[in-house]
Amino acid sequence: MTNVSAGAKSMTIGETVLWPLFAVLAFLCLIGAGFAHDAPFAFHASLGCAASIAAAFAILNRYYDRPAKLPPQEINGRPNYNMGPIKFASVAAMFWGIAGFAVGLIIASQLAWPALNLDLPWTTFGRLRPLHTSAVIFAFGGNVLIATSFYVVQKTCRTRLAGDLAPWFVVLGYNFFILIAGTGYLLGVTQSKEYAEPEWYADLWLTIVWVTYLLVFLMTLVKRKEPHIFVANWFYLAFIVTIAVLHLGNNPALPVSVFGSKSYIAWGGVQDAMFQWWYGHNAVGFFLTAGFLAIMYYFIPKRAERPIYSYRLSIIHFWALIFLYIWAGPHHLHYTALPDWAQTLGMTFSIMLWMPSWGGMINGLMTLSGAWDKLRTDPVLRMLVVSVAFYGMSTFEGPMMAIKVVNSLSHYTDWTIGHVHSGALGWVGFVSFGALYCLVPWAWNRNGLYSLKLVNWHFWIATIGIVLYISAMWVSGILQGLMWRAYTSLGFLEYSFIETVEAMHPFYIIRAAGGALFLIGALIMAFNLWMTVRAGEAEEARAAGRLQPAE
Amino acid sequence: MSFWNRHKIFEKNATILIGGILVVIAIGGLVEITPLFYLKSTIEVVDGVRPYTPLELAGRNIYVREGCYLCHSQMIRPLRDEVERYGHYSLAAESMYDHPFQWGSKRTGPDLARVGAKYSDDWHVRHLINPRAIVPQSVMPGYPSLAATELELEDVAAHLRTSRAIGVPYTDDQIANAKADLKAQLDPDGADAEAFQRRYPNAVVRNFDGKAGEPTELDALVAYLQMLGTLVDFKLYDEKANLR
Repeated sequence: MTNVSAGAKSMTIGETVLWPLFAVLAFLCLIGAGFAHDAPFAFHASLGCAASIAAAFAILNRYYDRPAKLPPQEINGRPNYNMGPIKFASVAAMFWGIAGFAVGLIIASQLAWPALNLDLPWTTFGRLRPLHTSAVIFAFGGNVLIATSFYVVQKTCRTRLAGDLAPWFVVLGYNFFILIAGTGYLLGVTQSKEYAEPEWYADLWLTIVWVTYLLVFLMTLVKRKEPHIFVANWFYLAFIVTIAVLHLGNNPALPVSVFGSKSYIAWGGVQDAMFQWWYGHNAVGFFLTAGFLAIMYYFIPKRAERPIYSYRLSIIHFWALIFLYIWAGPHHLHYTALPDWAQTLGMTFSIMLWMPSWGGMINGLMTLSGAWDKLRTDPVLRMLVVSVAFYGMSTFEGPMMAIKVVNSLSHYTDWTIGHVHSGALGWVGFVSFGALYCLVPWAWNRNGLYSLKLVNWHFWIATIGIVLYISAMWVSGILQGLMWRAYTSLGFLEYSFIETVEAMHPFYIIRAAGGALFLIGALIMAFNLWMTVRAGEAEEARAAGRLQPAE
Repeated sequence: MSFWNRHKIFEKNATILIGGILVVIAIGGLVEITPLFYLKSTIEVVDGVRPYTPLELAGRNIYVREGCYLCHSQMIRPLRDEVERYGHYSLAAESMYDHPFQWGSKRTGPDLARVGAKYSDDWHVRHLINPRAIVPQSVMPGYPSLAATELELEDVAAHLRTSRAIGVPYTDDQIANAKADLKAQLDPDGADAEAFQRRYPNAVVRNFDGKAGEPTELDALVAYLQMLGTLVDFKLYDEKANLR
């Protein structure tokens, strides 16, 4: 019997193509490492070589270990959901989240106590700051988005994830991109475009991974068993497609040598600034907003056990949001050398953007109609709902700061940093935490979380942290903005620049304290999720023990 | 009622949905970005603006590598206090050869768009090595390793050639002499100084880090900082010339 099935076993097309492809890639990376012009490139090529060999080996090993048949699409008439890549991305999200928050705490402390820069090339603020932003946005946020999108698209389409190796390629390939990007920053490999710092070879790799992600998601939608595409999937799809467009538009670069890390970006000066903030603001709009709104549209109704408040509002919300967001980029360039007409367009559309943003917030909050009492008993739902409240707050603040006169005060100050973090910690952070608290028990097939009490602790510690963080930045930002433009009665500038730096010191300490609380909350969460998975394992083992026959 | 029914076409067909998304997200970007490439008023022609010398370009790459743009902007807005604090507001032409642009988005430290020629080379050298030796309240990191690191000289010409391929007008002459020009800018008494200044009018020739020996990363970075904002002579600049 086993012989027959072993004889019938053959490689899938993916396996046949991919393992030799990785073998070739390993060889190319080896050549790259050998001829490298700079040490970081040699290091990255070596990492690429090792990862390619591991990938080729893993594909072959998996082939020899697996049964002749691939996992069935359905078992007993129910979809056989693919949970492996989701579990991996969930763990990666938690890992990168803690790493990213910790680096954030370090750089916040460096601004309060500059000696912490250590004056070594790879530990200065300038190199750690992109590590922080990329770790929290792309590593933590990205893994949360991949994990939840793969889960939601399967459940709402009632079908197994498309592809056999492809979902794994997306998850592992994406995390390999993070590794290359992050180590690159420490070694000084950057193209200096905010939130798009990785150099040309990392960008190329990400393009391949992202297109695969789009295909896996799209093909799962195509083979769905439900007549309608669920609203969360519209948002996921818009997020994936638009990030692909933005990534390609912002990153065309010419490397100085194919064996070196340095490249020059095709766009220059004004055009580069416009491309950068078209990208930069829509990284916020589509990565940090559309993607996480998809999480809101699935996890809040699911957790509250109520339908989405308004189906029509979600249609308007969706199209208005993705149409208007794209225009908002120039509000990062007010009063610069960018032509005025572009600035005015950016401001106008940013103000209009307030409406769909609040439409979405209302749709999320009102989903709680008839279930508000659950906020008292379910700290996970509370986290999700408070995240939507933070979303509402920062999407009011954003349009306000996009008004040119307000921006003339707020731009270049900590107010921007405070605004970003009310969105990042309050909205993206909390909605991700809420989603992971739901997802981990579901994906690992556990009855519930290890401890709701710990979730409660996490919620309150992190909330106090956020409040400390954003209020410190409001005060320091507005204070600094006002000090820069203060005049004496004789008509001279009142403060030298360094006096405004000095005035920031107490607020930088408060901010670092807020960040520390947020990090402590995440550590509590990691412990809680770890125990959730482990406690369930112990239970399974006990159950298995009980089921053994008595003879 | 019918409108909501018509929306079902997007809900029932993944390819139509993706097409709709692409159309909707394309509009804003096309309207805001494409005109910047053909409207003449986007970048006026201004006398004095030239591509970076090989040494300045190397310094600029160090500025990028160390993430200086994360705390220092290079964009003076036309606001009273900024013009008084930093100098004439920045012109689009002043960053036309910047790949990538370094306008920045945060001023943890002051704007650097016109820092050139404001302080002495010696001030910059000491300040970069240990900022708090010069400005006690500063929160800037120190960069002592720049002084000890020799500048990479092998691929200077390749950097200029790559820049030319993406639109920076380096001449054949400039590319052929790239490496010699880099060294010449550091040696005022050298034989090549004159030829260098013919190729890069109004570039400054000095030993920027004040030390003998091979060019260091500190030389390059200081050379870059000392030229920032100095190319346009605002005594001659006519700001009304481009008004329509």
